[in-house]
Amino acid sequence: MTFDAQLNSDAPFNFDPGRNQQPEDKRDGPPWGSPQALELERTWREPPGLVGWLSAVNHKSVGKRFIITAFCVFLAAGLLAAAMRLQLARPDNHLLGPDLYNQIFTLHGTAMMFLFAVPVMQAMAVYLLPLMLGTRSTAFPRMTAYAYWMYLFGALMIFAAFFLRAGPDAGWFEYVPLSGPEYTPGHRSDYWAQLISFTEVSGLLVSVDVVTTVFKLRAPGMTLARMPLFAWAMLVTAFMIIFAMPAVMTASTMLLFDRTFSFHFFNPSDGGDALLWQHLFWFFGHPEVYFIFIPALGFMSSIIATFARRPIYGHPAMVLSLIATAFFSFGLWVHHMFATSVPELGKAFFTAMSMMIAIPSAVQIFCWIVTLATGRLNIRAPLLFVLGFFFILTLGGLTGLILGSVPLDLQVHDTYFVVAHLHYVLIGGAVFPLFGAFYYWFPKITGRMLDETLGRWNFWLFFIGFNVTFYPMHHLGLRGMPRRVYTYPADMGWNTLNLVSSIGAAIIAVSVLLFIVNVLKSRRAGAPAGDNPWGAPTLEWATTSPPAWCNFAAIPVVSSREPLWQGARDATSPGHVAGLATDVREGLVTTVVDALPDHRYVYPSPSIWPFIAALATTFWFIGSFYMPTAMAWGMIPVIIALTFWFWPAQDETRKHLLLEKRA
Amino acid sequence: MNALQDVLHPAGVQAGHIAHLWWFTVALCAVVFVAILAGLSYALWRAPRADARSAPDMASMDRPESGAKRAVVTAVALSILGLLALLGASVATDRALATLPLENAVHIEVVGHQWWWQFNYDDPIPARVFSTANEMHIPVGRPVVITLQAGDVIHSFWVPNLHGKKDLIPGRITTIQLRADQAGTYRGQCAEFCGLQHAFMAFTVVAEDDAAFQRWADAQRKPAPEPTDAKARRGHDLFMSGTCMMCHPISGTTANARKAPDLTHIASRPTLAAGTLPNDPQGLAAWIRDPQKLKPGAQMPAHHVPDDELDALVAYLETLR
Amino acid sequence: MTARAASLAVVLAVALALAACDREVRKLSHEPTPELQTTVGDRQGDLQPGAPGPGLKETVSTRSFDPGNAWEMAQGQRLYDWYNCAGCHGRGGGGGMGPALSDDRWFYGSEPDQIFRTIMEGRPNGMPSFKGRIPEDQAWQIVAFVRSMSGLGATNAAPSRSDSLGGLNRPENERPTSHPYVKPPEKP
Repeated sequence: MTFDAQLNSDAPFNFDPGRNQQPEDKRDGPPWGSPQALELERTWREPPGLVGWLSAVNHKSVGKRFIITAFCVFLAAGLLAAAMRLQLARPDNHLLGPDLYNQIFTLHGTAMMFLFAVPVMQAMAVYLLPLMLGTRSTAFPRMTAYAYWMYLFGALMIFAAFFLRAGPDAGWFEYVPLSGPEYTPGHRSDYWAQLISFTEVSGLLVSVDVVTTVFKLRAPGMTLARMPLFAWAMLVTAFMIIFAMPAVMTASTMLLFDRTFSFHFFNPSDGGDALLWQHLFWFFGHPEVYFIFIPALGFMSSIIATFARRPIYGHPAMVLSLIATAFFSFGLWVHHMFATSVPELGKAFFTAMSMMIAIPSAVQIFCWIVTLATGRLNIRAPLLFVLGFFFILTLGGLTGLILGSVPLDLQVHDTYFVVAHLHYVLIGGAVFPLFGAFYYWFPKITGRMLDETLGRWNFWLFFIGFNVTFYPMHHLGLRGMPRRVYTYPADMGWNTLNLVSSIGAAIIAVSVLLFIVNVLKSRRAGAPAGDNPWGAPTLEWATTSPPAWCNFAAIPVVSSREPLWQGARDATSPGHVAGLATDVREGLVTTVVDALPDHRYVYPSPSIWPFIAALATTFWFIGSFYMPTAMAWGMIPVIIALTFWFWPAQDETRKHLLLEKRA
Repeated sequence: MNALQDVLHPAGVQAGHIAHLWWFTVALCAVVFVAILAGLSYALWRAPRADARSAPDMASMDRPESGAKRAVVTAVALSILGLLALLGASVATDRALATLPLENAVHIEVVGHQWWWQFNYDDPIPARVFSTANEMHIPVGRPVVITLQAGDVIHSFWVPNLHGKKDLIPGRITTIQLRADQAGTYRGQCAEFCGLQHAFMAFTVVAEDDAAFQRWADAQRKPAPEPTDAKARRGHDLFMSGTCMMCHPISGTTANARKAPDLTHIASRPTLAAGTLPNDPQGLAAWIRDPQKLKPGAQMPAHHVPDDELDALVAYLETLR
Repeated sequence: MTARAASLAVVLAVALALAACDREVRKLSHEPTPELQTTVGDRQGDLQPGAPGPGLKETVSTRSFDPGNAWEMAQGQRLYDWYNCAGCHGRGGGGGMGPALSDDRWFYGSEPDQIFRTIMEGRPNGMPSFKGRIPEDQAWQIVAFVRSMSGLGATNAAPSRSDSLGGLNRPENERPTSHPYVKPPEKP
């Protein structure tokens, strides 16, 4: 592309735009290749060098790092799962002792839930939302960068703890008193509790970022009614995270206080309560399943619309279903606690809620099926993963109804039946759509297509391996095998099913390996994608692949829910607004409901301080349980870093003043 | 197939109710699953094929899709009916579970420890109260009221053939009622993760007719017999003057600590160490010498004692029938 | 570049946690190591728990002992309760019939060896000799915990409060239930 060539010939790169040859008119609008577009590109580019790399704030750089890190965590936690399946492949196995096994299953659950499933969804949002909404950045780019570093340091901390033989070992749910000061000596549970702090800081900040981006940064004309379903899904998820995560953060901090300062929140002999932990944990824990699941519904809707070549049937019903799911998901948490001493009447309420939440999911499934039935199908790898969702998630959802019923739950609770159910829901409901999303958006992110044949192998091996691994677990649970056992006696009738399950795990491993091969191969040698390889309707496909640093040469104006298809139909391509500054990172803020242009906003420039602030926070968090006084003085470096972060720079202020005069 | 610990082989009225609900729910869910997959297959079969260059079909933006609407509304309405049926069945079963008649009940207090079970058989006459470990006998046809307490962390009491599970929570007292209707031996296991040896925290439930149960209970109430032969006598002396009696109680002797399983009638139990190994002299000797090899993390320390002392100890313990 | 930053962060994390490495190991099975046997002297008093007698002869004594290990200390905490040390020295070592253990006054020395001998040999004026009553492995664990109560040894690995219900199973604020006979719940 000539535009690329021009951009690349502009060497050596100079970060001060003033020294380069400047266009007279410093307002955007002209198409790719114009001096304005080039300057825009220089303005939004990340600064060079290691310091520049650490200072990156562009949503695409941060989003890509986020996705790659989360995928690495997925691989690491998957290896832990492989180790567990190896241990359980035969009875009375002493390959892993109980101490190591407990650390492994705890870290597997913790990493998959806190460090993979939630962050990867948020990462996709950070990368895709500004493109899909027709803007140049998320609302708080430095904060997003800080959120990424916190996430990375949290992940490194917990895996480092594991390799230093101090991995948490009381389960990803860390029930007290087992995780309390007496029954988990040392710092194992402290690492877990602080990991929660890391991921919560990261998750909450990204959620705030997502909510603000979706509400205030949509392209002009993209009213709430015209917003893509993926954006709706991420908006709903972000609100859920904001309401649910404080519960577990409170709980983990209380646990840390119990363990470090001898508080008595959870100590029954001094008036504390062990059940309090479970309420706080599951008040977060159940919605958490849905903030993994709802973004996946967003992927589903994007992929199905594109590959059925028609808009999703029942858009308003889909949006309302997402919101209803989010509401109901806060009324389910007690179904994890039916075996405790919760009053019977209360249990009946939670059973009813657990059944009710099936309705919005059913509405969406029916709408998708109707969309597929009335569309024209382009059956490619992304759609295959989506079709896998229907089979696996439906089965997982139905076993979910079984777990929602008090009498049945009393039998299958804490058995392998639950392990089967949760993997059907989480892998079928989130990982399959996520892989579909990887295949779908990979061309946009890298400019190259993933290999279709490998993609089909990837899908079929994953689909078969998944069912071979997890289907037998239903039967294991019914035959009385409890969860979280490091081994089992040979005469229980569990041997064959466990062996089959372990074989299935090997098939999944091969499938994931194929995916990695596919990515590594296609990243360099894949077929060039072009701007819109799938003929998709949403705005991210209107720009180049991979997207330019500034996303769009001009901010598009939207007049339909499917802007690219609408254009094809009435031959009036989406117009654009012009006039934003090209020499500073300026964006257009629109109104919440109607997306009318409201005002202009200058984004912060790249900065190393989010990285340094994250380092300081890491020191504070880890230090606080090794040196309890650090709980107080560890804050000082964080405050210093934040002060520098927010300190107004003179030349930036001058630039902003100039900008005001120019406008 | 081994059905000692199996949800779908109910041996009691409670587990029977749950199994009925199970089959009803599974049947309904299977119908729904097949219907959804059939709908999906129909959609895939019906829809023509296209590729990325095919023009998108935007017709739905202009005219209502009444057929699609009817299909979705019908499907949702049917789903709601199905869910109501499940909810009704679930609540009805729940009520049935809660209304077990409790006349003439046996009262047992269960205390969960890391990693073994203590069973205290209550009685209005304090002298008739007795305690055993990892083995529970119950009379067939009589209701059993079980009071659950945890000594350390949360455990969960679960005998799948008789009833669902109930947690043992430190600082709270929970109860569960059940009734065995078929005589037999069942296996129960801790179902809530409780630390290193969660995997080996099992117990045996023997459901037998009332007369056999009374005979067993009477035998359990008796103090331990005095050892008669010299070897057992020596084992007794070693037990009482060594480390064993610091934790294990044996009624009728000076051993009255209550930190570890009651050994008064240990030789009559089927397993050792909460289902870890069968109860025979070899197993007992191996267990005393190094429990950490058999059940790593168990709270009994290793005893590197000379063989003759070990033989004497085992000989004594084997007399405790 | 990702790799460089990642390795930097790994090094930092390692540096922070390396000190904790050995504190977290849980050595569950101990091979006897006779060469490390600690000589236990004669009983210093005639007080002993339980009836006197030969006791089990442990053929070998103890193993390399890490007083800074969190797991050993936690085991000591449990045994401090099991062997009723708390009966005289108080829960948490606050003292009672016997001297407090959480202060810095030691009649017979605060070194691990000295405390070990105090436990095994007993001391005049009330401290019984637990020789032959407590396996030596466990005595060392109690030593680690006792030292931690007065802030000796690795305070970083020491447990904070205890979680145990003191053998009661019932907290004081629990609803009263009749005992030993449990009233059946009323039928709905």
